[in-house]
Amino acid sequence: MNSKTSNNIATGVIYVLVAAVIGILVFLLGYILWTGIPHISWHFLTSAAQSFRAGGGVRDQLFNSMYLLVLTLIISFPIALGSGIYLSEYAPNNWFTGLIRTAVEVLSSLPSVVVGLFGYLLFVIQFNMGCSILAGAIALTFFNLPLLTRSIEESLQDVSQLQREAGLSLGLSRWKTITGIVLPAAVPGILTGIILSAGRVFGEAAALIYTAGQSAPTVNYGDWNPVDPASFLNPLRPAETLAVHIWKLNTEGVTPDAAAISSGASAVLIVVILLFNLLARMLGNWMYKKMTATR
Amino acid sequence: MQNYSFDDTHIIDMPLEKVLTTDNLQVFYGDNHAMHDATLEFPRYRITALIGASGSGKSTYLRCLNRMNDRIATVKGKIMYRDTDINSQNINVYEVRKHISMVFQRPNPFAKSIRENITFALKRNGIKDKNELNKRVEESLKAAALWDEVKDELDKSALALSGGQAQRLCIARCVAMKPDILLLDEPASALDPISTAKIEETLQQLRKNYSIIIVTHNMQQASRIADYTAFFHMGHVLEFDETEKLFTNPQIKATEDYISGNFG
Repeated sequence: MNSKTSNNIATGVIYVLVAAVIGILVFLLGYILWTGIPHISWHFLTSAAQSFRAGGGVRDQLFNSMYLLVLTLIISFPIALGSGIYLSEYAPNNWFTGLIRTAVEVLSSLPSVVVGLFGYLLFVIQFNMGCSILAGAIALTFFNLPLLTRSIEESLQDVSQLQREAGLSLGLSRWKTITGIVLPAAVPGILTGIILSAGRVFGEAAALIYTAGQSAPTVNYGDWNPVDPASFLNPLRPAETLAVHIWKLNTEGVTPDAAAISSGASAVLIVVILLFNLLARMLGNWMYKKMTATR
Repeated sequence: MQNYSFDDTHIIDMPLEKVLTTDNLQVFYGDNHAMHDATLEFPRYRITALIGASGSGKSTYLRCLNRMNDRIATVKGKIMYRDTDINSQNINVYEVRKHISMVFQRPNPFAKSIRENITFALKRNGIKDKNELNKRVEESLKAAALWDEVKDELDKSALALSGGQAQRLCIARCVAMKPDILLLDEPASALDPISTAKIEETLQQLRKNYSIIIVTHNMQQASRIADYTAFFHMGHVLEFDETEKLFTNPQIKATEDYISGNFG
């Protein structure tokens, strides 16, 4: 076989594999959107879920998913940023940092049910938080941390060593070099990490069933006082998310239109994730341009 | 490769005012003894070139002079600057680098605007006054012969500059800090001949106000711009003299072979 033929065969195989991946993706997305979008309406998005009657919406679940994401990021991003900076810029290459990296990887491969039950026992029961958004956010932080830390570490390491030398040679301290030069250059990579982890938070159900709970009590969206129990911002109230809602409808849903709501909610979930992706990318590009003056 | 004696050296005493001297400077990468006993004296407001083959230790040596080898290598010996040994433990290296600044082989502008490239370090060092910052930007870009090319696009990204322009921006960035000494590590080796000529022209201008130490692979470049030249070989300084003398009448066999191309 000459090199031209083998090249053609290899290219062909690669195309087939790519087509398979795209095919599966299009089929899944298409199926979910096709079956779900007809059920989405303004009423569906803005009304509360019904337990027994038909015609319920997903307003609270949708908000809970987003609020949970924000809370999770508020907790996990600073920790991940700090450890990412440490691992990339300060950590010496020895057995200890090797241990940290391995631990981070093990953390990311924990089954989510295990993390959920752990969160249930520790936060919900032991720390007396009850089923709450906060307990859910902390449990999700366990998933988020490895992914975020890794992606931040890698995006920092992708910034050329020459940039660090340039900063240092101008008499800047290491810290100023990292925060002022390396970090801004790493923004796009860090953002990708946030988006990936956000997708996971949106889609997570198993860990939340035991931590954030399966009920979505009626909350007052006009009440901006986060310590008020009725406030939508109260982090200590139970909060069923969209993904948990879908799971619940499909397992123990007793409303006559459970299937329809579940399809609609799935489509909403996917659309929200896509929107979040787009928004985060736009925001990231804007930030990157602002910080680097790239036009 | 021919073996040259390392004991056979010709190093002149600096007749001019000295800006920096190294005394018995040695560098170790782990067990690897990369630089032996470099004792040199650098003149103020002159250009000194460090020449030698790859691996001769000239870049290693240069990087010691503003402590860029910290964390990478162990450096022993003295580096005397303003009556202080800046190689000692308790020296504030960040302060040293404000006085002894470095330009690297590959242009490394920050991913920021041209203006920000220059003002970033200034701001972090406490210069807040807008007029002063603008003045420094203009002065340093003029000093690096880049002003005319970029004065209308100071807020554009520095990453869009050509290699030669980017390298001159890196020089301007150092100059804006008003250092005493400029260290340049093969600043033109990644550039085309026209950009190289511009860099050399720039260095000739800067020589009036700065003491310059430049590592170069290019012997023509050394003979064109340098007042003094040191020849490095396998981690030893074998010859140090006025550039003209070193190139026309080298005292050491190794130097003669290197500059005439009979090396190795």
